[in-house]
Amino acid sequence: MSVNDLFKQDLKVINMGLESFYEDLTSQKVEAIQVQWKPAAGGNQKMAALLGRLKSSK
Amino acid sequence: MIKVIVRENAYYDSVTLMLISREMKKLDGVEEVLVGMGTDLNLDLVKMLEMFLPELEKVTPNDLFIAAKFDESKVSMDELISSFEEQLNRKKEAHAGEYQPPTLRSALNFMPDANLVQISIPGQYAANEAEDALNQGLHVMLFSDNVPMEDELRLKQLAVDKGLLMMGPDCGTAIINGVPLCFANVVRRGRIGLVGASGTGTQEITVRIHQLGEGMSQVIGTGGRDLSETIGGLMMIQGIKALMADPDTEVIVLVSKPPAPSVEKKIYDLISKSDKPVVIDFIGGDAESIRQAGAIPCLSLEDAARKAVAVLRKETPVDFDGFDAPQEDIDQLVKEAVARLKPDQKYLRAFYTGGTLTDEAIKYLGSDHVIYSNIPLTPDQAMERMPGKEGHLCLDLGEDQFTRGRPHPMIDPLTRSEFFDTHVDESTALILVDVVLGYGSHENAAGVVADSVAQARARLETSGKDLIAIASVTGTDQDPQNLDESIASLEQAGITVMPSNAQAVRLVDLIMKAAGI
Repeated sequence: MSVNDLFKQDLKVINMGLESFYEDLTSQKVEAIQVQWKPAAGGNQKMAALLGRLKSSK
Repeated sequence: MIKVIVRENAYYDSVTLMLISREMKKLDGVEEVLVGMGTDLNLDLVKMLEMFLPELEKVTPNDLFIAAKFDESKVSMDELISSFEEQLNRKKEAHAGEYQPPTLRSALNFMPDANLVQISIPGQYAANEAEDALNQGLHVMLFSDNVPMEDELRLKQLAVDKGLLMMGPDCGTAIINGVPLCFANVVRRGRIGLVGASGTGTQEITVRIHQLGEGMSQVIGTGGRDLSETIGGLMMIQGIKALMADPDTEVIVLVSKPPAPSVEKKIYDLISKSDKPVVIDFIGGDAESIRQAGAIPCLSLEDAARKAVAVLRKETPVDFDGFDAPQEDIDQLVKEAVARLKPDQKYLRAFYTGGTLTDEAIKYLGSDHVIYSNIPLTPDQAMERMPGKEGHLCLDLGEDQFTRGRPHPMIDPLTRSEFFDTHVDESTALILVDVVLGYGSHENAAGVVADSVAQARARLETSGKDLIAIASVTGTDQDPQNLDESIASLEQAGITVMPSNAQAVRLVDLIMKAAGI
């Protein structure tokens, strides 16, 4: 969806990270969903980067 | 007594944990508490606070720890843990019954028509998630900082290829389809579109446009590095093109620090093709080259708002470098202020929470005064070079050096309160502060700074002194904080509230010159 198409739609947001940003959206009745994010691979950055690359190449 | 407990595989976001730490610190008998994930940064902090115990040697960034230093005759570790759990449960209860999927993919299964992903996870993980979102055809607002430059370039190239927004990294402010994202004010919808590389600069312009009776079509953030040589302005160009094609946008505003020369040229080439007026505040940038590109240069963030409104209303935009109040009122204000100062009160203390607002203040005041800062105009004016407490100080308290292990001062104003305690004394003549309202900001930013000024004033009163305090409020009557109450609480503390940051800074300049300091 192009940027100009986005401008014509209702915003629907996936929030990943600070929960307060999600709360701000829902308090304004914006449709939003909070991801219960955790570091991939138990915080092992090398492993997380590898997983990320696998995901991107899918 | 120092104690540490570790909970493996329990992840919570940093702001939640920092705010919980702060509440726990208020318990009687508690000297220091740090609740955090086992990141290198947090472990360094624990060492600095002298609370590092062997239990912490094997923690990973996926483990939560609580480290506390306390007087065991007054409070126990069990009580600290129950306080932690109580606050966490309060948060959980607020979201009881809501489905919170564990990954972006599962969120998309649940909300297949999602169109934007807002990311504020730690920087080292953020690029992977942003890339995944772009590959799913989603627009991205990336609030996280500490994302490597090469990742930013790759993500933005991918977004341009796909025709998507990649706002950030380190993008704090955007308003898309009328919805404020991260740190943004509630402004009416209207016919002015903005692309901004600076967060509080964007907030100040949108707020002043709202106050002048107009509104915003779209506000696109780019992140602070977008106009560097390396990134090449990819997102500002993408944003300008979108606003040029947007039927609801009649005037385009651009705000940033001065771009790299090659990027500046690309932007000017693009806007010279625009049939919509373009107003530009490249803070401290070259006005003539903006004029040559057919755009309108500005003197301040407020001036950018006024000019955008003027051209929208088909009026001639004129430079505004004065005051809303009549000149004689300003002269009187200056006279009264100077009369309140004792001869040994000589120094300015400007404590800002907004980066671009600080930048605007330093560039204006720095042309006639030596202003020490953590973002100095010249290296010899770095705050470390200030001779003791003798000198004017203007600080951006949102910079990394002041926010290690604690939230940004717009979220938690404690950092600024501490600077009042340590840097305001009998030699202080003037205090200058910003108060930024809107989503993301503290619920009572004005009240906290009003208390700090009142306390400083009470301290000085014992030696028969007073001080001058000047503020501006970046907020609208529709923000979640109450604008009128915010202004009233500042004024009750004897703070002069000016209509914009630029006017607050100009008033400070006049008082400094009249007082000969």
